[in-house]
Amino acid sequence: MANLHRYIPMTEQDQAEMLATIGVSSTEELFRDIPEAIRYKGTMPMSSALDEFSLLEHMKELAGRNADTDRYKSFLGAGIYDHHLPVVINHMISRSEFYTAYTPYQPEISQGELQAIFEFQSYICELTGMKVANASMYDGVTALSEAGALAAGATKRKQLVVSRAVHPEARQALLTMAHGLNLEIVEVGCANGVTDLDALRAAVTTDTAAVLVQSPNFFGAVEDLAAIELIIHGAKGLFVVSANPMALGLLETPGKLGADICVGDAQPLGISQSLGGPTCGFFAVAEPLMRRMPGRIVGQTTDIDGKRGFVLTLQAREQHIRREKATSNICSNQALLALCASIYLSTMGKQGLIDAANLNLQKAHYAANELKKRGFELPFGSPFFNEFVVKLPEGVSVKETNLKLLESGFLGGYDLGIAYPELAGHMLIAVTEKRTRTEIDSFASRLGEVVA
Amino acid sequence: MNTTINESTTNASETTAGSAGGFKNVSTKPEKSLIFELSKPGRVAYSLPPLDVPEVPASELIPASMLREIPAQLPEVYEVDVIRHYTELSRRNFGVDNGFYPLGSCTMKYNPKINEDTARFAGFAKIHPYQPEESIQGALELLYTLQNDLAALTGMDQVTLQPAAGAHGEWTGLMMIRAYHESRGETRTKVIVPDSSHGTNPASATVAGFETITIKSDERGMVDLDALRAAVGSDTAALMLTNPSTLGLFEEQIVEIAEIIHEAGGLLYYDGANSNAIMGITRPGDMGFDVVHLNLHKTMSTPHGGGGPGAGPVGVKAKLIPFLPKPIVAQREDGTYYFDYDRPQSIGRVKAYYGNFGILVRAYTYIRTYGPEGLRRVSECAVLNANYMMARLAPHYEIPYPGVCKHEFVMSGRGLKAYGVRTLDVAKRLLDFGYHPPTIYFPLNVEECIMIEPTETESKETLDGFIDTMIRIAEEARTNPEIVLNAPYDTVVRRLDETTAARKPVLNCACS
Repeated sequence: MANLHRYIPMTEQDQAEMLATIGVSSTEELFRDIPEAIRYKGTMPMSSALDEFSLLEHMKELAGRNADTDRYKSFLGAGIYDHHLPVVINHMISRSEFYTAYTPYQPEISQGELQAIFEFQSYICELTGMKVANASMYDGVTALSEAGALAAGATKRKQLVVSRAVHPEARQALLTMAHGLNLEIVEVGCANGVTDLDALRAAVTTDTAAVLVQSPNFFGAVEDLAAIELIIHGAKGLFVVSANPMALGLLETPGKLGADICVGDAQPLGISQSLGGPTCGFFAVAEPLMRRMPGRIVGQTTDIDGKRGFVLTLQAREQHIRREKATSNICSNQALLALCASIYLSTMGKQGLIDAANLNLQKAHYAANELKKRGFELPFGSPFFNEFVVKLPEGVSVKETNLKLLESGFLGGYDLGIAYPELAGHMLIAVTEKRTRTEIDSFASRLGEVVA
Repeated sequence: MNTTINESTTNASETTAGSAGGFKNVSTKPEKSLIFELSKPGRVAYSLPPLDVPEVPASELIPASMLREIPAQLPEVYEVDVIRHYTELSRRNFGVDNGFYPLGSCTMKYNPKINEDTARFAGFAKIHPYQPEESIQGALELLYTLQNDLAALTGMDQVTLQPAAGAHGEWTGLMMIRAYHESRGETRTKVIVPDSSHGTNPASATVAGFETITIKSDERGMVDLDALRAAVGSDTAALMLTNPSTLGLFEEQIVEIAEIIHEAGGLLYYDGANSNAIMGITRPGDMGFDVVHLNLHKTMSTPHGGGGPGAGPVGVKAKLIPFLPKPIVAQREDGTYYFDYDRPQSIGRVKAYYGNFGILVRAYTYIRTYGPEGLRRVSECAVLNANYMMARLAPHYEIPYPGVCKHEFVMSGRGLKAYGVRTLDVAKRLLDFGYHPPTIYFPLNVEECIMIEPTETESKETLDGFIDTMIRIAEEARTNPEIVLNAPYDTVVRRLDETTAARKPVLNCACS
């Protein structure tokens, strides 16, 4: 039976009976409404079918040609970090009641997902110090774009001022979005690895819908959010902060420092690197902006028996109700990754998140000192979290250096020259809790040898 | 197992369902604690690597004013609490693995387990987007092959894998359409959508800077060609169409529609939400579409994840290739792969990195379980299942658009309104029988709409069981509507107060 496949239960007998019930003689007749001229004849030129064993072998072969962080020691961050994933996470997200469900449209049989999202929203509010959070966004980068769009809509202003210390890909996505919405993007430069406050002051006007910064920023440095807040609120614009959620174990919350919108990527919270996706964006706002938020939101309520329960709520903002007048076109969120983040935070708990953040802080500073000792220049003196910039000796290529490090079993840092021509020859190095002192020492030594 | 207290029964849903007695039943299924409510100071669930470097006080590394004054009030629980909490939450959730999930327009097909395994291979799950290209050639080969496979499937010339979801793909496609018109010195401001379209279509058009014109469907559920001709003009940027439509109907006049749009200088956008009906049978590219998105979480079996992550790759015809988001994956003459950023007319970036790679691995795995002939069989069976269900349900529910359907069909529950029963009530009653209800109240142009999509991975026995239940509910509505109106009985919570939830929003536990 050539038509048999393990995912399809249709037997010849089933097919015959079903066609008879419908009153047609062949499946072909079910496609009689498709004009002959556009019927596809022939076999689509695409990958062929493999049996289960051969497919596993093929996938192993493809996977085997990638240098994974089980085999290589990573000092690479720049938005995606090699953190330890507590083993419970994979066990829980592998429960297929979670991962084979769709958006919880039927709350009576989706309380698990709805409560998980409610708890995620609670976690995000707790971490960021913001009043309300949504169910998640595609990633931190698109969340920042949405924050810009929200700010423009809320202030009826057309200009967004973004720091060049914001992730380059976030700024690129913001530009794409701004073109769609006819917004103007003004970029402000950096000094000493953080946003240049004088330049920011000069850029912000009464046309500015929002200032968008990232902290820790792309260079790993902690921004002076309190100072930036004064500048943008002085012009009655909104303050948008993109935050690293793990760093918020130690750093003061954007909410407390006056952010109107706080976004970020939850990848550091138990989400695998997966070549950069899928991750999970988070999106939190001050209360006045609640009904302007994009995406799904879960709220607590009661059922007819008076029992606590959870539902999708404030849906009047959304595309399936408002269509062209919706606050965003987003439909799905990243529920399963939001679940990862929630399980991570449940596992870490109050002390664990502080400890994890502190391990990152300490090990990164140890690594920075070890590199300094070996004669490397660290061009920026601003305080940093788990990532910092190193200048390689004049004329040494970061790309070539990384290929040599790879041969020694290391994934070297990000080549800043790609996104910042003025920082050619500079490497952005990330150190997480996973790196041991021995690994840091040997990385520093090897880097010294490679560039010598 | 079932702890519902009901005057007439305390047993399984079937007996609860059979009761015609009182309905003031109160489920004794307990409320589930929030994880925060399980907290007890001093408990831990974590195990972190040691601090093996000399510790410096945080306040010496970062100014005290930048450090957190009050620690985040996260719960303090131990590992068993975590496991039991999330296991219990999962038991309060219904997925495809729990039972039939005929949610129209969502293609809730079986999510193969091999996909989950391959996506978790270290060589896919533990790689970084900025590693040297030399160190991720296997991943790049997968992406390159998937781009080509999806191009072949849709009849397009090139594909971007960057968009994270269907709506994200729509917007990406519309931004390319805008860039295309702009490159020709044309300002075209209008996007046309039929009234049966997904809400994301007009919403995406707005975010891409377009105005939306909604046109009515004709009495057969097709695009009204006269209305289309009247709407089309020199300001038409694009028509967005789902084909088969959200009514489950193939747009028979698609060739004429394409001509009308193209003659006016507009482009055709294909919303691929319903691609499960047509794989290997007809292709958007052959129908005349210029831009296509696919929902890999629908057609390509990647799990919906409780509402994401998905993936929404976009395919385009040759004339739109220059505008694709960057980078795309390309192959050198020596056979190696690389990210091609040298695309000066690109609309730019739409997402971080290269898309939802973990989802793309699953989709590629899926394609390779079927191959092109197998994918055609997928669509044949999906369409056969839908037509069978429609034929059997037709005597019991109103079918507004008779004839053949594709992978899904719509019914109207308005015949039950005479008994005070609405479509929402029918959906709630289905919960008692262990089914996820169909999509309801969409599309908007069908009164009391019930939209059913069985997919190809369901057996005739499953379909018959659901059909028999739908027939029974219609009968209940006629003979004892109270049964239906008070449903569900057997769920952990029953009908929830959504009005208060929206009027007085409680959106987090406000733990601190």
